[in-house]
Amino acid sequence: MIDILTKNLPILVVLCPLITSLFVVLIANIFFSWILTTLSTFLTFLFSILLYQEIQIQSHISYALGKWMPPIGIEYIIDKVAIIPIIIISGISFFATIFAYKIMPEEIEKKSISKVYSLWLLAIAGLLGLVTTGDAFNLFVFLEISSLASVALVAMGAQKNKQALVAAYNYLIIGAVGATLYVIGVGLLYGITGTLNMEDLTNRISDLNNNKALIAGFGFMIIGIMVKAAVFPLHIWLPRAYAYAPSAVSVLLAATATKASLYILARILFSVFENSEDLINNTLLYVILPLSIIAMFAGTIMAIYEKDIKRLLAHSSVAQIGYITLAFAIGTKASIAAGFIHMFNHAIIKGGLFIAITSLGFFIQKRVTINNLSGLGRAMPITFFCFVICSLSLAGLPLTAGFISKLYLIKATISSDAIWIAILILISSALSVVYLWKMIEVMWMREGRKIVIKENPAIYISLIIITFFNIYFGLDASLVVNGSFEAAEKLIGDLK
Amino acid sequence: MISSTIGIWNYWIVFCLMMIGLFLVIGRKNFLKKIVGLTIFQTSVFLLYITFGKIKGGTPPILNESFESIYSNPLPHVLILTAIVVGVATTALGLSLVLKINTEYGSIEEDDISAQDLVDYHDDIKTGKSVDLKFKQ
Repeated sequence: MIDILTKNLPILVVLCPLITSLFVVLIANIFFSWILTTLSTFLTFLFSILLYQEIQIQSHISYALGKWMPPIGIEYIIDKVAIIPIIIISGISFFATIFAYKIMPEEIEKKSISKVYSLWLLAIAGLLGLVTTGDAFNLFVFLEISSLASVALVAMGAQKNKQALVAAYNYLIIGAVGATLYVIGVGLLYGITGTLNMEDLTNRISDLNNNKALIAGFGFMIIGIMVKAAVFPLHIWLPRAYAYAPSAVSVLLAATATKASLYILARILFSVFENSEDLINNTLLYVILPLSIIAMFAGTIMAIYEKDIKRLLAHSSVAQIGYITLAFAIGTKASIAAGFIHMFNHAIIKGGLFIAITSLGFFIQKRVTINNLSGLGRAMPITFFCFVICSLSLAGLPLTAGFISKLYLIKATISSDAIWIAILILISSALSVVYLWKMIEVMWMREGRKIVIKENPAIYISLIIITFFNIYFGLDASLVVNGSFEAAEKLIGDLK
Repeated sequence: MISSTIGIWNYWIVFCLMMIGLFLVIGRKNFLKKIVGLTIFQTSVFLLYITFGKIKGGTPPILNESFESIYSNPLPHVLILTAIVVGVATTALGLSLVLKINTEYGSIEEDDISAQDLVDYHDDIKTGKSVDLKFKQ
């Protein structure tokens, strides 16, 4: 029995939320649909932890779907790289589901809540499928499952603010164009190699250097994934979608959605096309490096001038994605590891920040703007204490998780003789303190309102857990750091 | 040269459709026309895949002695069946969003809608209306 379970773990991680989503939609009762969703995300989290333990023993699991052997059948690959986004997505989605219980009925009418949970699970299943699959076309299907479910989730925010509809529409159109570009890329590669399996692709394109169709296919794939990952000039959909989505949905999307696509970006760059080195080096140096540096500054500066807090955090996400792609662009083992470390830490930081801000939105029943925050620090001490810790972590102060990722990122840039990049990272981190301090100042240092808000444990429990992770991984980061270095080694080998 | 360029006319059709679709998505301000463009764009990709799978003189891929040994690749057709399903879902979701936008805003022109949104955004933030908050216990 247990043997069957461990053998099928790679598919169970995806199937568990996918199948439960079909049942959740049938349950009318809000409480029971929430229980089922929580159970399903908890099981998924459990499976991914089991998978983590399994990966420590085997280091590479290849799962042939329906016993059709790869490269003909669809293959699911779990290795030391894929396990990082799997843990991030399943873990954050579990905590976000706990948080959603109180928040969801406030913003969405009762009769559609079970449908929202169903979409919620579909989005999670799509994201998990995205990172587990080893088949280029199957990846497209999961890309669309996750993005269509997320679009519908964002559109549910329309009951509070009708702008959610336009945000969802833009997300849909931009996302669909991105996914279609990816399919064109896959088609071109299939045309010249005759395979869709990623490992097989790697082997077959090694003899095709400088083939024009290969270069074009690579370009289409990368652009398509960059749209989904919200890399700088293609990030337009992100701030609006996160700002107008229902609160619980913004927590889920902000912490997980772009991470999966960033992982796919890393895998295409360093694993699928590992044999065409010129192509990759040029792409990294002339496309991804400049874009990430612009993203770091553009995102931060947009965040400084933003008044709506959810949008502010979304702009800051664009900057943080810039750090991750910058780490990939440097392309050494240390820097790719730094990218994965920051991917993990950014998920727990942004998850925490969004939970704190949306639990405030729960009490004031309005959009959270900077004016609304004044003096609320004393009225809601637990929520805002956690908020401060998470923002310090985002700025990268010592003893928090954010510090670890900045430390390794800067170490990696210095060791690859790119001091000027290290300086730019420091400047942009310093700028990020401006917008974080703006919020903290308004919350704690303005005159407090004479009001006591009863904070609800159902809301702040997941916030406290995530804040605890922020401190824990700042003090003892060995788990994340070791995992990321193993992942980087697996991706680019011992060559560099 | 000319014959080889004209000989791949199916790729030219794919290319033209792709550009028409992409132009509609980017250039049109009407939300409905954008979806039409998106559908054309996706259809061009379907044709691209089908073109890859076709071999001149190829037969259906059936194991039978009465067929020639050269057969067209069936896999792209299967992939495109999946992609069509995805495309239908995208279009359906997009159209339902446009319908919702029309009932909420009374327009599906991008300029009208962003003008309305801008008013709302400034109302909320600049006029200080939001300072009187009702707290929920």
